[in-house]
Amino acid sequence: MTSDRARALLSQITGLTVADGGPAVTVHVPTEQLASVAAFVKETIGCAFFAFSTAIDHKADGLETVAYVENLDDNITVVLRAKLGAGNICCPSLVPVYRGANWMERETYDMFGVQFEGHPDLRRILLSDDWDGHPLLKSYAVDTPYPPYR
Amino acid sequence: MEIKPPVPVIPAPVWKDIKDLQEWQALHKQRPATGDKHSALFEQMTEGIHSFPGGFVVTTLADNFFNWARKSSVWPVSFGLACCAIEMMATFASRFDVERLGMVPWASPRHADLMIVSGTVTIKMAPMLQRIYDQMPDPKWALSMGSCANSGGPFRHGYHVVKGVDRVIPVDVYVPGCPPPPESLLNGLLLLQEQISTFRRTGRRPAPNEKVD
Repeated sequence: MTSDRARALLSQITGLTVADGGPAVTVHVPTEQLASVAAFVKETIGCAFFAFSTAIDHKADGLETVAYVENLDDNITVVLRAKLGAGNICCPSLVPVYRGANWMERETYDMFGVQFEGHPDLRRILLSDDWDGHPLLKSYAVDTPYPPYR
Repeated sequence: MEIKPPVPVIPAPVWKDIKDLQEWQALHKQRPATGDKHSALFEQMTEGIHSFPGGFVVTTLADNFFNWARKSSVWPVSFGLACCAIEMMATFASRFDVERLGMVPWASPRHADLMIVSGTVTIKMAPMLQRIYDQMPDPKWALSMGSCANSGGPFRHGYHVVKGVDRVIPVDVYVPGCPPPPESLLNGLLLLQEQISTFRRTGRRPAPNEKVD
């Protein structure tokens, strides 16, 4: 398996957009296809290692989740990007496919408030449980007071 | 696999909801004083001795004696938070050797007189820091080491950082630097010793220290 072969395989799936160029294979996935594409990437392309997951806040255009998965044997990186759409915070979880996604998705929920459907244990992981809001969102104000310490 | 219903999302605070910084500083000043019964008892005793003819000589000498004892054995609780702790360890080690000043880094707050807050205080860590400070017996001092502990430093506008440890505990000496080298910390410790040498019965400083305040 090579990066070009992975690109060709992924571009055959309807609904996906494979971005040109770059060392990593970047795929824009519709939200409802995310779990099935992740399973395909894991089994067919061999990306068994879940590197990390995060999100991007596009302000009015809504959130976008990003997941890096890697095939360490053949040195292939696949980036799964899924736009959730304006106002939508729900995203299918990748935990049924990748067990390593568990804490990463908890962190994404902690920082961006993305609700991962199917996640077995969606709690805050870094911030305390009584925290208000999700601090990496663009709408979260700088110097938000947190009594009694600031 | 069980699918949980989505947790209701708490809306994040926005600019217009933010209270003025002055208000938070006022709230900080209203923090209740911690009970210091030993200092109060000592104050009563010295007031009693003062009322005898010539008693002030005795109390002055006693003050000097106790302050000499206090400043000659300041035991800092070993409490490192961030990279400043590395410089603190270097200060404790043989090259700078604070043990010649009577300072023994001690691993229990119950036996310690000084807390060196070395590093960034996060909002999650602040309650633990306060608890350790409360466990120290009176009289006790606190030294804020580095920009982060002084004011939040480079992380001041981060979402998770306390903007200065003086919002959590009262601080006696601030050591600037990012991080302060061991010489700076040593200077801060010497300033603290000078400050302790003017320590009075009430536990409060009688006058501002020109070198510190």
